[in-house]
Order: sequence, then structure tokens, then C-alpha cells
Amino acid sequence: MNDMAPTREQREAKLEGMGCKRKRVEDARFTQGKGNYVDDLKLPGMLHGDFVRSPYAHARVKSINTEAALKVPGVLAVITAETLKTVNLAWMPTLAGDVQMVLADGKVLFQNQEVAFVVATDRYAADDGINAVDVEYEALPVVIDPFHAMDADAPVLREDIAGKMTGAHGPRKHANHIFEWSVGDKDLTDVAFRKADVSIKEMLSYQRVHPCPLETCQCVASFDKVSGDLTIWGTFQAPHVIRTVVALIASLPEQKIHVISPDVGGGFGNKVGAYPGYICAAVASIVTGKPVKWVEDRIENLTSTSFARDYHMTTEIAATKEGKVTGLRVHVLADHGAFDACADPSKWPAGFFNIVTGSYDFPTAHVCVDGIYSNKAPGGVAYRCSFRVTEASYCIERGMDILAQKLGMDPAELRLKNFIRPEQFPYQSALGWEYDSGDYATAMKKMMESVQYAELRKEQAIKREAFKLGETREVMGIGVSFFTEIVGAGPSKNCDILGIAMFDSCEIRLHPTGAGIARVGTKSTGQGHETTWAQIIATEIGIPADRIMVEEGNTDTAPYGLGTYGSRSTPVAGAAIATAARKIKAKAQMIAAYRLEVHEDDLEWDIDGFRVKGLPEKTMSMKDICWAAYNSVPPGMEPGLEAVSYYDPPNMTYPFGAYICVMDIDVDTGVYKVRRFYALDDCGTRINPMIIEGQVHGGLTEAFAIAMGQEIRYDETGNVVTGSFMDFFMPTAVETPHWETDFTVTPSPHHPIGAKGVGESPNVGGVPAFSNAVNDAFAFLGSTHIQMPHDYWRNWQAAKTLGVV
Amino acid sequence: MIPGPFGYHRPETVADAVKLLASLGDEARPLAGGHSLIPMMKLRLATPGHLVDLHRIPNLKGIRNDGGKVTIGAMTTQHELLASDVVAKALPILMEAALLIADPQVRYRGTIGGNVANGDPGNDMPAMMMTLGASYVLEGSAGARTVAATDFYQGAYFTALDPGEILTEISIPTPATGHGYAYEKLKRKVGDYATAAAAVVLTMTGGKVATCSIGLTNLSETPLLATDAAKAVIGTSLDDGSLKAAAAAAEQIMSPAADARGPVEYRKHVGGIMVMRALKRAAQRAV
Repeated sequence: MNDMAPTREQREAKLEGMGCKRKRVEDARFTQGKGNYVDDLKLPGMLHGDFVRSPYAHARVKSINTEAALKVPGVLAVITAETLKTVNLAWMPTLAGDVQMVLADGKVLFQNQEVAFVVATDRYAADDGINAVDVEYEALPVVIDPFHAMDADAPVLREDIAGKMTGAHGPRKHANHIFEWSVGDKDLTDVAFRKADVSIKEMLSYQRVHPCPLETCQCVASFDKVSGDLTIWGTFQAPHVIRTVVALIASLPEQKIHVISPDVGGGFGNKVGAYPGYICAAVASIVTGKPVKWVEDRIENLTSTSFARDYHMTTEIAATKEGKVTGLRVHVLADHGAFDACADPSKWPAGFFNIVTGSYDFPTAHVCVDGIYSNKAPGGVAYRCSFRVTEASYCIERGMDILAQKLGMDPAELRLKNFIRPEQFPYQSALGWEYDSGDYATAMKKMMESVQYAELRKEQAIKREAFKLGETREVMGIGVSFFTEIVGAGPSKNCDILGIAMFDSCEIRLHPTGAGIARVGTKSTGQGHETTWAQIIATEIGIPADRIMVEEGNTDTAPYGLGTYGSRSTPVAGAAIATAARKIKAKAQMIAAYRLEVHEDDLEWDIDGFRVKGLPEKTMSMKDICWAAYNSVPPGMEPGLEAVSYYDPPNMTYPFGAYICVMDIDVDTGVYKVRRFYALDDCGTRINPMIIEGQVHGGLTEAFAIAMGQEIRYDETGNVVTGSFMDFFMPTAVETPHWETDFTVTPSPHHPIGAKGVGESPNVGGVPAFSNAVNDAFAFLGSTHIQMPHDYWRNWQAAKTLGVV
Repeated sequence: MIPGPFGYHRPETVADAVKLLASLGDEARPLAGGHSLIPMMKLRLATPGHLVDLHRIPNLKGIRNDGGKVTIGAMTTQHELLASDVVAKALPILMEAALLIADPQVRYRGTIGGNVANGDPGNDMPAMMMTLGASYVLEGSAGARTVAATDFYQGAYFTALDPGEILTEISIPTPATGHGYAYEKLKRKVGDYATAAAAVVLTMTGGKVATCSIGLTNLSETPLLATDAAKAVIGTSLDDGSLKAAAAAAEQIMSPAADARGPVEYRKHVGGIMVMRALKRAAQRAV
């Protein structure tokens, strides 16, 4: 036996625990085309359903004739609202307290709305059937511009609630009004503005965009007529919530409903809510007794499933002449489309928009949000965002730049002057949040040093002079963004979905040979949970990550969880995992003490097992403890080694970051070149730096797409004019800038492992960095604000408006 | 995004293809790379009863230099153009343009014949062919005929092709040795049609433009040959004034549609910029 005992470093490395750049275990199947997505599922006798959709944005449905469609070979059924009424499913509840048509009931309210569901033996026959359904429409006037939704003569969109002047979130001011939500001290804020030396006011629009995951929304529903069981495989970010929703609306016993999310190809908030396709596939399966598959195409995904943003934010900041902010006032006009299908925690009609004070110490603030209906697709989901945090971040970060411009101050300096200071944490914001931790100035200064900020400003000054002299046709912009996110929804005291508290859960079961399985209530849609969850467990209980199998997405086996969105997986489920692991560790310590014949308190943890204090050679590894758990536990103790944890977080977590974008714009064509983009993220404890980097790259690419080109645009009659990737800007690797990433670490004080979540930060912080860069580029020519998206022609238009082309 | 039913035919000679198109009538469409037709069918905007796939016809492929002209078979892919020594030597502007067409996957499948025959104003090759003075061989049941590229395009998706005819070959006169060339294309992203694009082929003598030809892509219902713009630079050294005159003359004949690429005013403006930039770059390359 010449083997050397492994060193501490070797034992640590073997675990591949937290902090390790562990390769993603799920990639072995994804990169070889062996993933198992909904559309890969083929069941015997499976049928295919597809929708007849409305060509009109607003119309009365005079008649639906299905006769010819039913004669198409292969077509078995055509479901309409009349069919659904027999099972009381023509309408369904939304997560935002509204109701939504499953199929057009008397009228249609947006283009591509679902009108009828054709069920056939294959997708070709289903589409032939769609073309044979004859729908007679009578076009109605439309509401497209949200600023005219509440005009006295605006057409009434929602006749079903026309007389109901109280909605789920209080009184409604107009037939097309959904809610008014206000928070903060209005009077005190008004006073701050009256006393202000300087103030700014600007309407900042964050255009309607779409999360557009690579895989569209889809499901297979299979109803077993003998057992009465309904199984739904679907692209769900929150499978347990879907199960409960189905139980509530379909009056099926919840144990008979089995919801399974297999591999999911991206969610970004698009796959949180329930869509008519799910209901129709389930009803079709119940009607036909066969499994029914529904798969959206790209156009359907972009034009009918949940959009994001569409917030129009009138933003005012009051400040002293020295640049100290004294008040913030924001009014938001929020276009929710035809139905309020936001996927926010139930009590939050505008999500966590009240994080809009950002990273700054505002003594007072007031926010008011008016939600309205329009003839557009329903939604308002948190696209890579913790419930309107993206909108809030854009609002304050553009606002601070506009204030800096007015004060003649450098935007980085203005931010440094107003940051919440480290000693102020936990910090009570003027709009009601308790920020858990942060060290903003350190992050900001690190960013400024890394990019040589002062040098960039000098170069910009020289380029501006050269532009004025006609020596160049390029303008240079430097966009600073310092964001604070609020993620990890959320504490049961303020977060629930349909009455279910937003906890999350983990169940860990260790096997005799030192391996195990962890089942978690979240659902990875690309975040790499199979890799990172095992890393948390590895560090907590000393079992190597590659001996831990992670399973999510099956409601029969996973403990109840609220799913993955809003950067909640690590803050909530990550805590549940650590907590469950610690329960196991406590039992393991009792077993080890018994086996080593010492008192528990005489043991200390050492990487992958326990050792006796003062006697480092006397140890018991977790691997050996696992074996012992199944044959020689202390008298009176149950055998086995497993634990369950349901974690109700005491607070949100508050990741932050300092981003900067350097851009050159050719005024003659509006063509921009992103010269540099640097992103410093502080997400607290870092579980897998490689995955964090990947997340940041992905989120920055989305931010780039949103700021520089994406929009879901409607013409004046309500036709969607950006219904495919030809016109909805989806950048390729060629257009995507190079990303530089960096970090600081400020652990969350209340999270078991100090982690804060990072998935959404780059989208939240990236958009204002890009937009600030474009606006900064044109600022010296007299511009205060240019609306997104900053695509080529709009940049040219800005230059033209400013008189330089 | 599911096409309706259709019949599928795969002839092995041009004669068989022509026969099939004649016998199947209006219901039939020839299929080349399929990049335009298949998406249209999936959207059911096109519902041909029959597809006559030209991929099995060996005579429709290949590039050869016939001395004084380069002949390209209609089913030659964009990728094959890029890999061709003949094209690299005689028609470098075609390489430049082909590289700006979509992405490698599209170029492996997309054909030059399909690109020029479809009459899509967004395609890059039609304006290129007009600039180069190319002609097309069209074969139908009445035999073969040759039509100049400049006479081929009649409107968006409207061409000189008669029903049942197939564009089989493209013939391009070899530009003069030492010619300058450039294709300037402004697009929003890889795979996008041009917001505006300009092709320039010119020769220079003593620092002055001797001959010049300018084509414009996606700035009208059809590709355009900007004859007046080309005239405006003949005899000049491409000073600012003559560049601007060429851009202005080119803008005169542009009539782009407003779309997500920008309003009409913008597309015309950048069309002019593309003309100026292509002229400058072409002149730098001319020997």
C-alpha cells in the first residue's frame, strides 16, 4: 500500500463543489442532439391539434362553420368556444386575477387570437383542417396606442367586464382600464420637487418585446379514460403551478393530474403562464381519448404568447444643484394587451416596479402605474426579469443619465455621489423594500478602473471636437449602468401565486454507496441546475457532485415548488437545497459520533466527512456514513439518510452590477459598432463561475437585442408587423459584441450560502447600458432622450433631427 | 407553417423538366434551392400542386470560362460560386456578393439560378447581373432563348419567364482586366435582405473613371441599373462633388417600400451612401 493519502486540495477538487468551474453535465446530451423535448415525445395513437387564428385585431365573430373542415381527411374534431362552454372552459383565469378567452367567445381582441382548435391524425391534416374552417368576422375599431386607450370615445374592448368597475387590483377608471397601483409618499415627494434646485422630466418608453425562447410553447396531453388520470408533458417553467391551476379550473382531483416538464429549450418568462393550447390539448384528449400534441410555430409564439415590457414611464427626478437626489416620481402607462396575463406574484399588479429607486439613496419617492387593455396579445411577463425590474432599472438608469446631463456632471460621478453606502444596509428604500446587502462604490470603481473610464471620456472629448470640425462622421457614446435587482420571490409575507406562498423545495436521498438523488421544485430551462444543484450539495455534505443526480420537472416525484423564473431558483431553491443538505449532515454527524464512539460535539466537519477534534487521524467520511446509515445507526434512530426542506425566504436578495458600453455610431447610416462592453456582476457567493459567465453572456446578448433592435410592433389597424425573425431582431453570433465579465462578491447575509441569483442581471443592467451609450453619443448635439430600440434607421433619424445629416 | 399537399417530381434532364412543367401547367413550379418557395408554401402563400425539383439534372450545374464570358449553370450553389477559381479570377465581385448572402447553411443550398429567376427585389444577384451585363438562357417547350438581365425584371416576382420556362444558364461577359469592383450592402443582420445595396464595376484611366456600371438592390420593385448615376462619374476622379451627383442621380430612380428596415427617406438616403462607398472602394481596386 504505497498510495499517498489524498491532499486536502485533492479532496476538495474531487467534490467539484461551489466555486468550481464544473462542466455542465446536461450538455453531454444537448450537444449530441439527445435532449428530450416535448416535441420529441411520440405516443401511440397521438393526435395533433392546431389553431384557427384571427386575422383581425378586434372583430365580432359572427359565425364559425366547421362543416368543411370536418370532411378533411384526418380531421377528427374542431373545438370552438361553444364546445368548451360545455365543460366550463371557454375562459380561463390568468395569474394576474383577470380572465382570458381560451377560444374566441363572440369576439376577438388581438390578431392571431385562438378561434378554433382543429384535432387531426397528423400536423398536415390539422393545417388542412384549419384552412377549411370558415369564420365570419365583423371588424371593429381598435385600440393600439396605449395613450388613447382611456379616451372618452375609445372602443370598449372587454365587454365581459364592461360594467364591472372594480378589478382584481381595485377600482377601474375606464372600461379599458385594468388597475391603478401606487406606492410611496406622494405629498412628501411633491414637496421634494417643489424644493428642488434641479429636476428632470422625461417620458421613457420601454417597447414591447418578446422573450422568444428557442423552443416555442408546446404540450402533449393524455387522458386515461379508465383511470381518469390526465398527464401533461409541457414546456412549463412552473410545473406544480400548472398542476394546481388545472385542478382548480378542470375540477379534476389533483393526484390524478401529472405534469411533466421534460428538457425545456429556454423559458425567459414566456413559459410561466397557461396558454389556450394547453387547455385545448387537454380537452381534446378527454374528448377523443387519445394523446393530443400541440406545438406552436415561431410566428404563433411571437404574436400570441406572452410579450414583455410595453411600459411607458414618465420619469421625474429632483436634486440639489450639487447633484444629490432628493425625490423620484414616476408614472407608468402599462399596456397589458387584451387580457391581463401578467405572471407576477398575485398581489403585485406591476411586479416589483417599486425597486425603481435603484441603487440610490432617495429620501422620498412616489410611483403610480396605470394598466390598460389594448388590441394586442396578452401578457406582460417577466422576460429574464424579476417582475418589472427590467423596466424599473431602465427607468432609473436613463433618468440618472438625463439628470447628470442637466447638471453638467459625469454620469458615473453622479451615481457615486448618490449610492446607498455599505453601512446603510440593511437599507429601507423609500418605496418599501429592505435591501439586504451591497457595496456599490467598490463595484463602480472597479469597473471604472478596469475600462480606464477617465481615458475613455478624454477620447470622447477629442472625438466630439473632431466631429464638430467635420473630421469624422462618427460619434462616440459611453453608456454607464449601475443596477440593483430584487430577486428570489419570495417571502410568504408578500409573495404568492394564486394563494400559494412562493417557497421552494428540495428532497435529498443518499444511497448506501455514497451517492444520491436530489429532487427540486424548480425547473431548469437552460440554467444548468443538474450541474449547480449538485455542487451545492457536494460542498455541504462532502459527496462528489458527480455522485448526485438532480431531477426536476415531474410533479409526481419532485417536491412542490413554484418553478424557475425571476432569478428565484438559487435564492429560494438553492437555499432549500443547502437546508436539506444540512439536515442530512446533522444526522450524519450523529451516526459518525456513534461509530467513532465520541460525543457529537467532539466532531468537526472536514471537507468530505467528520473528524474528531484534536485527533485528525480519527475520521469518518460521508461515503462511509452513507453505508452506516443503512446498517448501523445509533439505537433508536431510523435508518436511511434523506431530508426534505421547504424554504420560505426571509427576504429577497439584491444582486447588483456595474456595466459599461462603449459605442461608435456612423451618423450617415446610423450603423453602430459596440467597441467594448464590460459587465461586473455581484451575485453574492458564486456557485459555478463558468455557468455565471454563460448566463451573463446570454443575458447581455438579449439586452443588446432589446436595446438595439427588438420590438413587437403593430400597425394602426392592429396587424403585427414583426411576426418573424426576419423583422424581430434576433442577433446572430456575427452581430453580437464581445463581452468582458468581472465580479465582486458581497454575500447575501440571510441566504444559507450567501448566493443572490444572476440569470437576469445582464438583461436588467445591459439594456440601460446600451441605451445610455446611444444617448450619450448624441448628447453633445443637444439631445436629451432617444427612445429604444436604437436600430440603424432610428439612429440616423436622431442624427437628422439634431441637424447633423 | 405546414404546407398543403403537393406532387413531387425529380426529372433528370432539362427536356424532361420542361415537359413536366408543360404537362402539369399552372399548378407546377420548378424547385431550385427552395429558400423562397418553401417558406411561402409553409405559410400557404404559395400552394403549387406540383414541384419539379431540378437537383437531379447534372447539366444545370457548373462554372466555366468560355473566353470572354463566364457561364454558370442555374443550379450552381452560392457556396460553389465561392469555391470557384474561375469566379475568383474573372468575377471577384460575385465572390464579394455571395459572401453577403445569408449564412453558410443557406449558401450550401441556395442557387444562383433561383436567386436571379425568382424576381425577388431583395435578392442580391439580380442587380449584380445587370451591373455585369449578364444574360440568361430560358428553356421552355418552344426551345431556348436568351434574355438580357436588364430586360428580365418586370416587377416584384414578375419576370420575362414564360409559363413553363426554366432559367438554365447565366452568361456573364468577363470584365476588363484591372477593373475595380465593390458591392456595398447595408443590412441589419446576417440573413437579412439589404436595407440598401449598390454594386459597382468600373475601369479607371489616368486617375479618371473610364467606364462605370452601377446596380441597386432592394431599392425598388425590381433591381435597378443606375445609368445616370454611372454617367455622372465618367471622366471624373470621383471627387466629392461627382460622388454626390452619382448618389443623387441614383436616389432619383429609387422607390423602396417603407418597412422595418426604415422609412423610404432613410432607405433612399443610405442607398445613395452605398453608391458613394461602392464607387470609392471600386476605384481603389482598379488598376
